[in-house]
Amino acid sequence: MIPFLIYVAIFVVAFFVVTKIAQRSAISDYGSLKTVTFGDESAVTPNRAASVISILTIFLLWGMFTGSSLLPRFLHAPGPFEGTGTFEYTAQAGNEIDTATVTVVVHPIDTPTDAPDVAEGDGWAKDDSVAIGMWRSGLLRVDRNDELGRGDGAEIIEINGQKVQPGDTVDVDFGTVTISDKGTPNIQPAKGWQMEPIWLPSPEAVVQRIGEIASEGFRGSTLWEHLGYSLFRVVVGFFFGALVGIPLGYAMGLSNWFRGWFDPIVEFMRPVPPLALIPLVIIWAGIGETGKIILLFLAALWIMAIAARSGVSGVKISKVHAAYSLGASKAQIMRHVIVPNSLPEIFTGARVAMGVCWGTVVAAELVAAEQGAGMMIMVASKFQNTDIVIMGIILIGIIGFGIDMLMRWAERILVPWKGKG
Amino acid sequence: MSGLSIQNLSMRFDLPGGGHVQALQDVSLDLKAGELLSVLGPSGCGKTTLLNIVAGFLAPTDGKMILNGHEINGPDAERGMVFQQGALFEWMSVRENVGFGPSMKGMPKTNKAEIVDHLLDVVGLQDFKEKAVYELSGGMQQRVALARCLANDPDVILMDEPLGALDALTREKMQSLVLKLWKETGKTIILITHSVEEALLLGERLLVMAPRPGRIHKEYRLPFAEMGVGQDLREVKKHPEFGERREEILGMIWDMEEEIMGRSEASA
Repeated sequence: MIPFLIYVAIFVVAFFVVTKIAQRSAISDYGSLKTVTFGDESAVTPNRAASVISILTIFLLWGMFTGSSLLPRFLHAPGPFEGTGTFEYTAQAGNEIDTATVTVVVHPIDTPTDAPDVAEGDGWAKDDSVAIGMWRSGLLRVDRNDELGRGDGAEIIEINGQKVQPGDTVDVDFGTVTISDKGTPNIQPAKGWQMEPIWLPSPEAVVQRIGEIASEGFRGSTLWEHLGYSLFRVVVGFFFGALVGIPLGYAMGLSNWFRGWFDPIVEFMRPVPPLALIPLVIIWAGIGETGKIILLFLAALWIMAIAARSGVSGVKISKVHAAYSLGASKAQIMRHVIVPNSLPEIFTGARVAMGVCWGTVVAAELVAAEQGAGMMIMVASKFQNTDIVIMGIILIGIIGFGIDMLMRWAERILVPWKGKG
Repeated sequence: MSGLSIQNLSMRFDLPGGGHVQALQDVSLDLKAGELLSVLGPSGCGKTTLLNIVAGFLAPTDGKMILNGHEINGPDAERGMVFQQGALFEWMSVRENVGFGPSMKGMPKTNKAEIVDHLLDVVGLQDFKEKAVYELSGGMQQRVALARCLANDPDVILMDEPLGALDALTREKMQSLVLKLWKETGKTIILITHSVEEALLLGERLLVMAPRPGRIHKEYRLPFAEMGVGQDLREVKKHPEFGERREEILGMIWDMEEEIMGRSEASA
């Protein structure tokens, strides 16, 4: 809730600040001189300052609530208690009342610490000590070293001078102490607002983990091998999907018989999510490369077939007529009119297919794989290696984005006439 | 046997919901080589159907066409077509578009380049040779279409409202260009248009067609095309006979439109 409120606050404040600054240095290009902008979609362009602030905000919040060392300390959300704290308990056995001190050492989880030795103190209730990891809590049988224990009818009646009964919670200077139903104090050092690394590691921990896995590898393969395997599967699956799908789409766009024959199959297979095919593919082809490539082949096939088909049907008949009356043969019309005219559609289809394939390969690797980006995050999640999971998600995102950018770039270079017909 | 002979052409097609349309009925026409024919008529009179049949994109239900002694069946390079718009190949440069016909025939590169260069000079697009066609204005694109058609050296040029999408000024320039090309190349040209003025200017012979069923209503022989070759077209339009003919034909087409409206209102 608090991170969300901070996020909204940054959004609003940045909006006002940036618009104020932008007004001062206003440029008067054609777009900025438009008076009607609300409802004119073409007048809406992404505000680059907003994009930058948006990304920085995500990292800022991430850093704030994980106590990132990349941020100055005053920006950190309150962290969990670390150090030594004490509280006193007062126990009563019959008519005998005595007070003792409990020393609590709260330590980072990855540096195990023993409970400190403390002097017993006077009276029949002896002083205790306990070591508790940050974000954890601990039950402490304080009567265990006392001369009069639970068996003797001793029970805790006060914590830090405050009267308590089983079930009550008392605030102490380092957190809270709750008396359990059986009368044992449950010590809960303050957790603060920061996330525990096993739930959300700090940005630098993720970066460090990327470095570690890149140099040491994960589960017998290097990071590049994992990502490379995923990419390799996508490229090979997509390649075969396009190799079969594009001619199939052309045939469907050019021949009644092909259209009639394959229409039911294509129209049925198109809405089937490729993920639904994973179990069947595993049954038939196992969890190896063949299975993955068959799955991605199937994911790309229908998309490419439909793209090629609509590419053919998008050819203006006047172009075909013009080519015929210029003396072109059927083969020449195919080569010089239909193929170039359908390329923009095929590229759009290829972009979609690559995106779907990338999503499908990760999902398939989540289910079962020896290597791959999906396998990496799946295995890591089983061991609560959240940093590896987050690292994997980020890398998968970057690669997916990169694929899309690459396809767009190729489209611009190879089919500059897109949308110009 | 040179020239185009259209004999008793009829075109009738069935509608999906039953019934049929008589797009053309018994259309006959003889065109000598080098004649310039413009075809005019209200929408639905079958003029585009007629052109598509002559081009070979449609097969008539009755009748036949003879061009230079052989029967027409199917499209062929001997009959070039210029479309209203959007028939250029946008993945090719201006040069490649104009050279498309010769390329398809497998003409040697040097010959082809010569033809393309010459035609680009004729239509005044030499400077735009390597541009993509979508970078050109509408008028320039139609000039490319004309050049592309001429590059193939067809016997007959069929024009389906080639100037219909252009603005008035560009249109007038293009009309002069069409006349110039007609005179220089001596091609047989059939031009379909919606504009009475254009039909008068660009027709040695002018065919007025009537709808339902599509048929030839009246034929004129006109002097204006010949006059327009060396002259400003605005001067031609000032000719007293031009105004007379224009009024006459406009009245004729107006009556046809009225009749169609009346008929459809009666049936409604």
